Amino acid sequence: MTNHRLTTCPPRQKRPFFIRRGPMENIATVLISAGFLMLFQPFLLVLYTYSLAALLAGTVMFIIVSKFPE
Amino acid sequence: MTDAPSTIAERSAEVLVRSTPTVIARRVRGLSDRAIAWLFITPTIALLLAINIFPLIWAVYLSFTNFRANRPNAEITGVGLRNYQRVLNDPDIWIAMQTTAHFVFWTILLQTVIGFSLAYLIDRKFRGHAFWTTVILIPMMLSPAVVGNFWRFLYQPQIGLFNYIVSYFSGIPPSSFEMLGSVSLAPWAIIIVDTWMWTPYVMLICLAGLRSIPDYIYEAAEVDRASAWRQFWSITVPMALPFIMLAVLFRGIENFKMFDMVMLLTGGGPGSTTEVASITLKREAFESWLTGRSSAFAIILFVAVFGLANIYVKALNKVKQR
Repeated sequence: MTNHRLTTCPPRQKRPFFIRRGPMENIATVLISAGFLMLFQPFLLVLYTYSLAALLAGTVMFIIVSKFPE
Repeated sequence: MTDAPSTIAERSAEVLVRSTPTVIARRVRGLSDRAIAWLFITPTIALLLAINIFPLIWAVYLSFTNFRANRPNAEITGVGLRNYQRVLNDPDIWIAMQTTAHFVFWTILLQTVIGFSLAYLIDRKFRGHAFWTTVILIPMMLSPAVVGNFWRFLYQPQIGLFNYIVSYFSGIPPSSFEMLGSVSLAPWAIIIVDTWMWTPYVMLICLAGLRSIPDYIYEAAEVDRASAWRQFWSITVPMALPFIMLAVLFRGIENFKMFDMVMLLTGGGPGSTTEVASITLKREAFESWLTGRSSAFAIILFVAVFGLANIYVKALNKVKQR
């Protein structure tokens, strides 16, 4: 009788959340979308005022995290 | 066996090599492939730097200063983020942004729907489809200045053809409404003209997408007895989607910068109902001569379009990978 031994791959070390491309890109996308909507919405002037901050943060974050490996 | 060039391309390459002056040929022969590649792209990069990158950096610099273009000899002092603060707290600019959003949303929606429908019809290859494709493409080939003036005449309440056509179908007297002079109709007048002019462009891109779908997929669907409706939603739309998204991206970026057509048709009026962001920007820069502040405004618009284009390209790549 052959003895089949189950071999398991050593568990891959998961990268920390903040240097993973997928989730960080999603956060950046949400930030950009929020900033864009804030810039063009007709309801609150205060949202318009902070739209550039959101847009800029999102765009810079997107540029940086899109260079991370998959 | 001789190594004589056989094809026309090889023969012309041979002629080119022989006609190159010996001094240049000797110098090029000594260069690596990488160096030759750099030699070819350097003029383009230099031009790009001079025309695009330098003005952008200069505008960023000006946005932090009190510079006024009508006072070139005045001392330029840094004002920090004050220009950005003013632009982002100005209710008039906020309204201009809303006008731009309204304009961009409706033009893109109409152009995409009509453009894709036209492309779908043209792709059926009916008798004379080539002629109708050319006819449909004409508005896109005209200059915006010509289109603006042309539509000003069409919108004339007394003699304009547009009012007569509306009157013919609705029974309203032609001189009872003014497309460019009415607060509620003027934004729609511009949307109609932009849609008329740029729908052919969207149509052309969608047509390229539709023509790229191989026939065998439809044949397989026919074998599986898929209905025309099912084929449209399961084959045509998903496979043409990257092209539609590209068209939306191109038109979206263009319409955020829309200036010429609005200026020619309404000049931002009546009141400020059609004052889109680019018109406000021009007023700030060349009527109020607040160059620093208008630079800050331009940078805000740039960041908005750049950010949106980034996520849009990401979405486009995802659609292409499916």
